Amino acid sequence: MNLKNIALFAVVAVLFVATGVMQSWNVALNIFNMGLISAIMALGVNMQWGYAGLMNIGIVGFVALGGLGAVIVSVEPVGAAWAAGGLRVLLGLAAGAATIVAAIFTWRRMAGHRLRSLAMLALLIVGFVIYRRIFDPAVHAIEAVNPALTGYLGGLNLNILLSWPVGGALAAGAAWIIGKTALGLRSDYLAIATLGIGEIVISILKNEEWLSRGVKNVIGIPRPVPNEIDLQNSASFVERAASIGLDPATASTLTVKIAYSGLFIVVLLILIWATQAALNSPWGRMMRGIRDNETAAEAMGKDVTARHLQIFVLGSAVCGIAGAMMTTLDGQLTPASYQPLRFTFLIWVMVIVGGSGNNWGSVLGGFLIWWLWVQVEPIGLWLINVITLGLADDNALKAHLLASAAHMRLLTMGLVLLLVLRFSPRGLIPEK
Amino acid sequence: MDFFNAIVAFSNFVIVPATAYGAQLALGALGVTLIFGILRFSNFAHGETMAFGGMVTILVTWAFQSWGISFGPLPTALLALPFGILGTALLLLATDRAVYRFYRVQRASPAILLIVSMGVMFVMNGLVRFIIGPNEQRFADGERFIISAREFKALTGLREGLAFKTTQGITIVTAVVVVALLFWFLNRTRTGKSMRAFSDNEDLALLSGIDPERVVTVTWIIVAALATVAGVLYGLDKSYKPFVYLQLLLPIFASAVVGGLGSPLGAIGGGFIIAFSEITVTYAFKKVFNYLLPENLEFSSLVQLLSTDYKFAVSFSILVIVLLFKPTGLFQGKQT
Amino acid sequence: MTTPQAATGGEPFLIGDAMTGGYGRGGPDILHACTIAVNPGEIAVIVGPNGAGKSTAMKAVFGMLTLHEGAVRLDGEDISALSPQARVGKGMAFVPQNQNIFTSMTVEENLEMGAFLRRDDISETMEQVYELFPILRDKRRQAAGELSGGQRQQVAVGRALMTQPQVLMLDEPTAGVSPIVMDELFDRIIEVARTGISILMVEQNARQALAIADTGYVMVQGRNGYSGTGKELLADPEVRRSFLGG
Repeated sequence: MNLKNIALFAVVAVLFVATGVMQSWNVALNIFNMGLISAIMALGVNMQWGYAGLMNIGIVGFVALGGLGAVIVSVEPVGAAWAAGGLRVLLGLAAGAATIVAAIFTWRRMAGHRLRSLAMLALLIVGFVIYRRIFDPAVHAIEAVNPALTGYLGGLNLNILLSWPVGGALAAGAAWIIGKTALGLRSDYLAIATLGIGEIVISILKNEEWLSRGVKNVIGIPRPVPNEIDLQNSASFVERAASIGLDPATASTLTVKIAYSGLFIVVLLILIWATQAALNSPWGRMMRGIRDNETAAEAMGKDVTARHLQIFVLGSAVCGIAGAMMTTLDGQLTPASYQPLRFTFLIWVMVIVGGSGNNWGSVLGGFLIWWLWVQVEPIGLWLINVITLGLADDNALKAHLLASAAHMRLLTMGLVLLLVLRFSPRGLIPEK
Repeated sequence: MDFFNAIVAFSNFVIVPATAYGAQLALGALGVTLIFGILRFSNFAHGETMAFGGMVTILVTWAFQSWGISFGPLPTALLALPFGILGTALLLLATDRAVYRFYRVQRASPAILLIVSMGVMFVMNGLVRFIIGPNEQRFADGERFIISAREFKALTGLREGLAFKTTQGITIVTAVVVVALLFWFLNRTRTGKSMRAFSDNEDLALLSGIDPERVVTVTWIIVAALATVAGVLYGLDKSYKPFVYLQLLLPIFASAVVGGLGSPLGAIGGGFIIAFSEITVTYAFKKVFNYLLPENLEFSSLVQLLSTDYKFAVSFSILVIVLLFKPTGLFQGKQT
Repeated sequence: MTTPQAATGGEPFLIGDAMTGGYGRGGPDILHACTIAVNPGEIAVIVGPNGAGKSTAMKAVFGMLTLHEGAVRLDGEDISALSPQARVGKGMAFVPQNQNIFTSMTVEENLEMGAFLRRDDISETMEQVYELFPILRDKRRQAAGELSGGQRQQVAVGRALMTQPQVLMLDEPTAGVSPIVMDELFDRIIEVARTGISILMVEQNARQALAIADTGYVMVQGRNGYSGTGKELLADPEVRRSFLGG
């Protein structure tokens, strides 16, 4: 890492410190923790775009799958729901999967046969009806179990930290299926296809209440760090807090956040180490060779599609891990909060601004852009107040401007992206 | 009698709404496909362009309404439409000059232009919300129904009513007029033909003396018109909420791709295919089937293929299937 | 080496004089002091082995190359600084080897696009093109992309003729067509030349091309190798041995 890059990270660090000093350390740590998670998401996207030139505009879906992983692994199972329909639901899903596999099989085996399409269609229709027959009653039964509090299957009641790799695995699985079907496409067709995937995953999370409680949300997800209340009730903790001059409440919130930071930093460092090692390895060089000249690589015998699938799966897995971490931090799964603008497009801004193709660049971009995204609103409000200093508080224009400060974020992000693409397209820390 | 009830129910809940929705998607997809064919990139900011066009039209409509100007039984928004188109055209031309032209001159790859359009999308999104706010806006006036369900039932004595909203009628008529104008322009005027030539073979078009900047300018103006009309019609028919237009991006792109990116005819066909599929697949056929079947075979379940929340899954699935089996689209779009 | 003189004894109508240059600003020179010239109503043919710089020489005359030395003059006027589009305006027409028609447009629309720069009535010119290529009249409403290879070449040449050019440049017009179609195309080209248009043509099929050529240029590694009338070159034992295969 040369001097310029260290300086860039230092500047970002200063931004966070300034936030801590001028607003509060709690706020600064909040932004920092989400910054860590954003940096990981940016790493995942960078793998796909920077190494292989794959344009994934469905990141939100993979992040959501990670969040689902957090629920499935760590929440307590709802016994009554399992008894009512758990096995039947699994059977239904198996029937559905079997139908699709059978359809693909039929398609391949009957190649050239005139009635191939008809056979496949018939198979799909019959399979669909069977699937619904098995699946629907089970879902009704599960959702009828105490809908106010549960109404879903729950999870496996394992350690929440285990859900991080599981979330990654879920995302990887989805990425494999999508990759197998969509990866042969030209880059902007792939972009449109992945946009759709993201939407579908979110739809599933919002509607399949038996799985995720849908828009009723799953709250109270177990945490890997102590509770603030427990800390405040611990005499030894209160004592230590007093000795540095902090009241118990502030000390407890700060400690919890720092604990999360610690966990997240470990994950980020592991991922940075892994991605850097991969990038500099012969495998990494091959990936970039394929990206720069696909035809030549293919002519040399490289299986381009398989490599692309590899990268697509790995990058999506990283995003899934970040999604699980985010849900852990939030303590709840809120399907409605998965907005494409916030998760897909914002991450892209991070990668582009930070430097596509460079892992450190993506990390920098993650922190910087996330900080900007959060802080534009208070800064914007402050700016508007300064500009409209002369106007009365109930002035219509002033009121409108103040109310619209939130939308400054979008404008700012767009401008940042456009400016970087125009004047510094390789980003802050370019690919070597 | 029940047979007619079945048909009326089907028309009321599927055919009429799908035709209106299909027309709206078709107009949106036409804009996307023109940009793809002539400017050679996928414009992710198109949804926000529609939102912007709708916004300007709404503001002018409110102004008109406050001045007492109205259009009789038709919505005042139709009078405000030209102003909306003008405002949007100015925005798009300014955006092209400030943003896209740089990359066009460099012959940047379509992937880069897509990312650039993402930036434009952010800015337009913020701009629209900044000016008009993120909430739902009502601006429709005039007669609500051409024929309401009650009137229909009184007229025919059937149990099922067929409601035909004014906005649905306007959508269809406007779409037909706009499409006819567009096709006349592309096929019968010198400028239109030069645009088709430019889309077909850029180098040869330049060699023939066709001015690329003029083609680009005219394209953006036409796209502004299409996007504004689509945005306003959708807002009149359903309702105007800025964030809805971002969601419409997927069905619009699906329509354009299914029809064949770059082919105007394909965009229209694709729009209707997507609209009809979305609505048919998520419609609960229980009522219609029960009208047609004898009593003892009637359905008790909803007979709905997918719940309405999965509407987007439908457009997406069709998109993926077409991309897998016929990537140039059903109506043969551009190869590259 | 003989440079064709104009009928009046002065400079040739179109001459690319001692052209030296290459593609792009910093690229290596592909052409070295290459001279190509043609007179009204005459056919000049550029032949040579692959990589000799045939197409490059013609593209240089059309302005698609960066010239470091030498000039291009049309009817006495120095046009070296003009872009290809501007040269079209001056009366030059160019038929590329590939992608030389608008495949999604009809034959008639292709011709209309060819005449894009003209603001006057083009129906007479279109009639002339249909006289020259009767099959195009039959297929005028058909999409150009649906025609056979030879017919597409006719559309391409017809498109170029719509500006009523003084010079028509063709880059390997018979590439990929059958021998019969090639003969037909050459017949048409001779007819076009008879109307007073200068023809400059790059060709792979050297023998047949030189047979109809008033002037021939054999390019060797970016330079003029042999020049003379078509018949002279065909008869020259050196040319025949090294290039035409005896």
